[in-house]
Amino acid sequence: MIPLNWYLILGAALFLLGMLGFFLKRNVISLLLSVEIMLNAVNLTFVAFSSRNGQISGQIFVFFVLVVAAAEAAVGLALVIAMFRNRETLNVDRSNLLKW
Amino acid sequence: MIELLFFLFAAVALGSAINVLIQRHVLYSSLSLILLLTAISGLFILMQAEFLAVINVIVYAGAIMVLFVFVIMLLNLPADEDGVDRLRWLKLVGIPMGLFLLLMIARTVWRVEGVSATTDLAGTPQAIGASLFTDYLLPFELTSLLILIALMGAVVFAKKDL
Repeated sequence: MIPLNWYLILGAALFLLGMLGFFLKRNVISLLLSVEIMLNAVNLTFVAFSSRNGQISGQIFVFFVLVVAAAEAAVGLALVIAMFRNRETLNVDRSNLLKW
Repeated sequence: MIELLFFLFAAVALGSAINVLIQRHVLYSSLSLILLLTAISGLFILMQAEFLAVINVIVYAGAIMVLFVFVIMLLNLPADEDGVDRLRWLKLVGIPMGLFLLLMIARTVWRVEGVSATTDLAGTPQAIGASLFTDYLLPFELTSLLILIALMGAVVFAKKDL
């Protein structure tokens, strides 16, 4: 049988990859993709614990995470389109009107 | 056998996640993310969460990622314009710190020894649905509101004269 901690370590590694991408990439779409990686890592951890404890609640939570991810992708990509239309670039460093 | 499948899916997941980060063009990144999602679905099946595995492929890889690819192709982006020079020291610091954090998490998690990840719980559609429509009915109904708001927000944001 597969031990629980293998899943947890895999989830942590995926989360860290997503986090590195979020901090190091400059393209807005890359940032959204990194957020998706992090969400999937968390989903994996949720399902691992749900399966370990014999409770379905963790899997229900993954369901809700999916819903939020769908909403986030829709709004985020609409913002990306608006940003590209106004600034002709997707680089987050160029959108610095609010930066002092 | 099961362990072999776990390592296969884990290797595919980690490899495609790294590939998402190192690709220069976001289109290739998002295609690689689809591979990551299918690997995660495989891991869900190993944990007997069949419903979520199917939903992950249909909703994530089938709907959300198609939206991503659609937007990328709509915008017709040039290949990457990373501000590399400003970020070099950030990479030099960030990657070792990330690895250090992973090491710390792994060291802590590794103490949970000898606990099998699978019990007799099966995430069938019946089990999920029964829980969703009794214990989690209010959150489930609220998600419809959330999706409605996200839909309206997306329409407003993507309008021509914002």
